[in-house]
Amino acid sequence: MFPPLPNPSTTETTPRFSEKDLIRRSASTVPAPEQHLTEVAKLIDVSKCIGCKACQTACIEWNDTHPEVGVFAGAFENPPDLTPDMFTLMRYSEWDNPETNELEWLIRKDGCMHCADPGCLKACPAPGAIVQYSNGIVDFVHENCIGCGYCIKGCPFNIPRISKVDHTAYKCTLCSDRVAVGQGPACAKACPTQAIVFGTKDEMKGWAAKRVEDLKSRGFANAGLYDPPGVGGTHVMYVLHHADQPELYSGLPKEPRISPLVEVWKGVTKYAGLTVLGVAAGVGLLHHLIMGPNRVTEADEEHAEELTEGDSHGRR
Amino acid sequence: MAADDVKPNEQIHPGKPVIVDRYTVGARINHWITAASLILLALSGLAMFHPSLFFLSGLFGGGQFTRFIHPWVGVVLFFSFLGLFLRFWKANLWRREDGTWLARFRDVLANQEDNVPEVGKYNAGQKLVFWSMSVLIVILISSGLVAWDQYFSQYTTIDQKRVAILVHSIAAVAIIGVWIVHFYSAIWVRGTIPAMTRGRVTGGWAWRHHRKWLRELVAKSSKGTGPSGSKPAE
Repeated sequence: MFPPLPNPSTTETTPRFSEKDLIRRSASTVPAPEQHLTEVAKLIDVSKCIGCKACQTACIEWNDTHPEVGVFAGAFENPPDLTPDMFTLMRYSEWDNPETNELEWLIRKDGCMHCADPGCLKACPAPGAIVQYSNGIVDFVHENCIGCGYCIKGCPFNIPRISKVDHTAYKCTLCSDRVAVGQGPACAKACPTQAIVFGTKDEMKGWAAKRVEDLKSRGFANAGLYDPPGVGGTHVMYVLHHADQPELYSGLPKEPRISPLVEVWKGVTKYAGLTVLGVAAGVGLLHHLIMGPNRVTEADEEHAEELTEGDSHGRR
Repeated sequence: MAADDVKPNEQIHPGKPVIVDRYTVGARINHWITAASLILLALSGLAMFHPSLFFLSGLFGGGQFTRFIHPWVGVVLFFSFLGLFLRFWKANLWRREDGTWLARFRDVLANQEDNVPEVGKYNAGQKLVFWSMSVLIVILISSGLVAWDQYFSQYTTIDQKRVAILVHSIAAVAIIGVWIVHFYSAIWVRGTIPAMTRGRVTGGWAWRHHRKWLRELVAKSSKGTGPSGSKPAE
């Protein structure tokens, strides 16, 4: 058993990280922080999950969201998708394992992966609406959010959702407010089977290695850790019994990365675009300085007068 | 053939200088609504395009309002430009002399228009501005609708949205570039602005820049074919 998260202290605690620990801030630059915090991570062991949704409930409670009462959509998912009020969602898929001829029920807790290379943050046009702390947490700052939905286009995991109420984007915060005072995420606290554990990223990798070893000894030869390098690694990782086929788990992307379309849009287009416009304006200015205005002359007016004087002697 | 260029309400007022009607009051109002929309769209769009221009969102009362108003102004622009398109498309059809005009564009830039063919109501440069604006606005409104998350997010996939926003930003850069050409030409070629403000130009301006159009107008009025025109003096 992984050592459980400590209970909150009754004395006042100063936050362990703050604005000065930002390593990235959307549409702006931040000075490099003085010290680099230890990276944290949440490890979701899919093989231990019983699909009870305690994590979803804890998430709603802690974040004080109020998802509307939904309707049965014919599946275990409730609600059927992530919403601005549901930052995490148990996704269920049934898979016929062709090797064993067994039906496997693969349950994955979906939510923000807290990428080291966050597509949402890179796509965001609003200064300070998305921030990344040196401990790995990617957080949305709602008072700076303009509700444009660019983060949705930037995210390789289809996570952010825009609220129809306040028109800002919502997603899992990795309970940054709890982590700041030495607690772990609410979902990890609530999980009855320790399918969700929280600690430093190194601890989590170590724990995952043990779990993978255990799974392999039970016949899951392809068991492994999901910490995709395409997004620089993530601060929410999965232990998967079929790590060679992450798509089985309700479409977890095999090689996630920021879409090249987004990279072109936020990279070369941004710089080349402004350059082109600057050059166009500069050429105009230069042309005017060198060639001067194109003025109508007296002779032009006289020609026009001749032409309009009734007969056609203005024609040459 | 040439009749496409001359509108029934375009009249010549002889005098010193000669005054020629170029745009009706309807066309001018239509133009300025389009112009205002395009400028508002450029400012609000640039605010969301590059972080160093985000301050422009302050002109619209902050980021949230900029994000909200941009697509609605886009709708205004689309319909307003549609009006301009219906008014002007015929006179902007490509003619044989336009190729020659374009081939001698160096002379145009050097303020030596005597070396280029006489042109009708619009020269090849103006026609290119017209058609690029038309094409770009269609691209911008269609990609813009895909990116309009508030109302249309559920109709497209995220990958389609990514393509749309990339196309939208490239087309936006292009249309601002076309606008720079349009704006610069209007100030470089002196005497042009009154065409869109008071609706009229001097005969000398028409002679210098759109001689074929002027000749057609003169021919029309001397034949007395203008609907409201006076009978030819007999």
